[in-house]
Amino acid sequence: MGLFIAQILTGLANAGALFMVASGLSLIFGVTRVVNFAHGSFYMLGAYVGYSLMQVLPGMVGFWGAILLAGIIVGLIGVIVEICVLRPVYSAPELFQLVATFGVILVIQDLALMIWGPQDLLGPRAPGLKGVIRIMGEPVPQYDIALIVITPFVAIALWYLITKTRVGTLVRAATQDREMVSALGVNQAWLFTGVFFLGCALAGLGGALQLPKGGADLLMDFTILGSVFVVVVIGGMGSLPGAYLAAVIISVLNVFGVTYAPQSTLVLMFVVMVIVLMFRPFGLLGKEEIAGEHGQVGEPERPIKPAGNRMRLLVAAGLLILGLLPFYSGNFAVVLVTDIMIFCLFAASLHFMLGQGGLVSFGHAAFFGGGAYAAALFVTYADTPMELALVLAPICAGLAAIVIGWVCLRSTGVYFAMLTLAFGQLLWSLAFQWGDVTGGDDGLVNIWPSDWASDNDVYYYIAFVLCIGGILLLRQAAHAPFGYAMRAARDSARQAEAMGINTKRIQWVAFTFAGIMAGLAGGLFVFSKGSIFPNELETARSFDALIVVFLGGVKTLSGGWVGAAFFEGIKDYLTRFEYWRLALGLSIIFVVILGPEGIVGSLRKAGERFGILKVPEDAT
Amino acid sequence: MLEVKDVNSFYGKAHVLNDLNFRVDAGTVVALLGRNGAGKTTTMKSIMQLVKPRSGTVTYKGQNITGWPSHKVARDGLGYVPEERRIFTQLTVLENLEVGRQPPRDGSTTWTETMVFDLFPNLAERRNNLGKALSGGEQQMLTIARTLMGNPAFILLDEPSEGIAPVIVEQMARVILQLKSEGLTVLLSEQNLHFAQAVADGVVIIEHGTQKFVGSLSELQAHPEIRDQYLSV
Repeated sequence: MGLFIAQILTGLANAGALFMVASGLSLIFGVTRVVNFAHGSFYMLGAYVGYSLMQVLPGMVGFWGAILLAGIIVGLIGVIVEICVLRPVYSAPELFQLVATFGVILVIQDLALMIWGPQDLLGPRAPGLKGVIRIMGEPVPQYDIALIVITPFVAIALWYLITKTRVGTLVRAATQDREMVSALGVNQAWLFTGVFFLGCALAGLGGALQLPKGGADLLMDFTILGSVFVVVVIGGMGSLPGAYLAAVIISVLNVFGVTYAPQSTLVLMFVVMVIVLMFRPFGLLGKEEIAGEHGQVGEPERPIKPAGNRMRLLVAAGLLILGLLPFYSGNFAVVLVTDIMIFCLFAASLHFMLGQGGLVSFGHAAFFGGGAYAAALFVTYADTPMELALVLAPICAGLAAIVIGWVCLRSTGVYFAMLTLAFGQLLWSLAFQWGDVTGGDDGLVNIWPSDWASDNDVYYYIAFVLCIGGILLLRQAAHAPFGYAMRAARDSARQAEAMGINTKRIQWVAFTFAGIMAGLAGGLFVFSKGSIFPNELETARSFDALIVVFLGGVKTLSGGWVGAAFFEGIKDYLTRFEYWRLALGLSIIFVVILGPEGIVGSLRKAGERFGILKVPEDAT
Repeated sequence: MLEVKDVNSFYGKAHVLNDLNFRVDAGTVVALLGRNGAGKTTTMKSIMQLVKPRSGTVTYKGQNITGWPSHKVARDGLGYVPEERRIFTQLTVLENLEVGRQPPRDGSTTWTETMVFDLFPNLAERRNNLGKALSGGEQQMLTIARTLMGNPAFILLDEPSEGIAPVIVEQMARVILQLKSEGLTVLLSEQNLHFAQAVADGVVIIEHGTQKFVGSLSELQAHPEIRDQYLSV
């Protein structure tokens, strides 16, 4: 009994930081409609800034002062980000804002590395609260009790601010109709900035508060992001009490998980989430989310047309050059291009459902890594030959996509995106924690191609045929009636429904098809590398794909693989620099603001300007 | 008081307003008439700078407000009452009024909740109800009341009689005349000529975003052929 209570108390204490980060995220989303991916980074900054301040400020007053100051400083950093990065892209489609905040993550990661170095920092203990108190014989840290007391106060203060004050009323009004609020004389720009300050300050506060329990490290940003999304989704977007409730549920569950089922702690969280969403698609206390407002960047979308003769000739020439590669270049290039082609297929599969179907998935790595793990598991446990494994990989990924798609497609927009992310995390935690089967962090090794294909050149041709074939197939689907239906469902779901298109089924099939292709890429990947590790399932991998799709150009048909080829091509060179994340993050932000059409879109524009390409008649 | 000069507005590539030219004198009520899709709402939004005119100017009290942010236009005394009753449905009546509240401005009435409830007694009973619980007519009253809380000197009323019961339309007409008698200037857009005739001094008729008639109400009444050509009666 004593242990039981002690564990509940620990869970309640852990809920504090989680609640603060989640409520900040929820608040920012409610008003600005931006899912702030960088929210985990602000949490991390809160921990680092708090740590540094605690070194300088002595005693109990210094400790709590440092926490408060950390919150304020992080809030101000948030203001800088809002003004410089987000203001220019508020009217852009959701994806642009997401990618921009992802750029912010990279920048903050490297800045933190520059300032605080790579080593983990151990948080100082709270002065005056270093001991434990005994509850029914079980020790409970005094600091935990302090957290349990503080969190509801923060929650109530926040609730009061939002429901009882003029500012809160304006915030709630803006959540519903921004344009109207501004027409009534409220300066939205500053309202947005204010909300961003508050949201980021909460994240910073959360980061600083958990210092004595967890310290500060460079992985905190992504670690908390998954949990925060789960909390927001379970609690209901925009609901403060919901965020608190969900944070408590998840934290308590985690504590019990650690004790009774240490290998399933991460999985548990996602299972709970899926169950909640089955019964309450908008979270425990959430309301139905009205789809975010979408603006147009630049010109309206162009109709998709089959490639002209000149373009076909160009592609054929490119394929010829690619096909003869092993004859005129060395081993290094052959292996590199194999990797590039695999990544291109992966990106093209995401681009297919994102560009054509409007399904922004944050967890596409689940199918890439899933396919790779499926192949590796068959090889390891059933001695499956490569040929069969390469068939089974996409099938398994496809089956996973059928199940995951069924759950995720019950929601739309942000909920869909967060659900896919959560499923990605679920598969990652399976691979990471189920060590007996998946090898855990050590991964699965010795997954080599069959003898006849073990030569790099031969494997190159296998990858060449399958990847190019896959990409062409995806492209073909966009030109087929199925592609028309996908675009109809993307642009106007209700009208498509009224015309007799079963939009949910179309999206489900598209999701599965994309999953199959990603699985194929994963299968090819594992035999190319000879091993597979959980990081291929990480959220960061999903983001890689999102970013290349974005850089390539969402609104173009070839944006996926072009972006992937470009990114993978320069990555090898880029990652030699110490602070390559900073450079990449900054360039992503610049692209979002300055060249939102991506590589393919910008090239096309340039081509038209210089008369190399014909300007379509309907685009005058 | 308000002058719209050579205004052209676009949605993307679609040319919606074509060289609009009209003025509204202080203390008058002008009706902007036209069929559905004629560009009435876009005209309103172009004045509020919710749609930024691509060319031309909007002058208010002698000041060129073209290109201003909308909140600044509102703070300058232009109150906007949108069509389709865009109230905040998740907020209570009192909270809706709070969002509209602006500090007192020189030379205009300073509105309070009490005054607003005197004007619209129905709202007083429902002050703590959520916006979504109100009837269509009550929602229309709330949009006007909310705008009044910003103490405007000039009100833009977008289709106030659209989709509400006749008895409330009558009440709306009385309210507009009362506001006018208190010194407010009004530009209202309407498809309903009868309603406009009850309240307006001047008339502007537009079709396909182009101005077809500008004049006083009596001038329009003297030319029934114009009415028949551009308005569905």
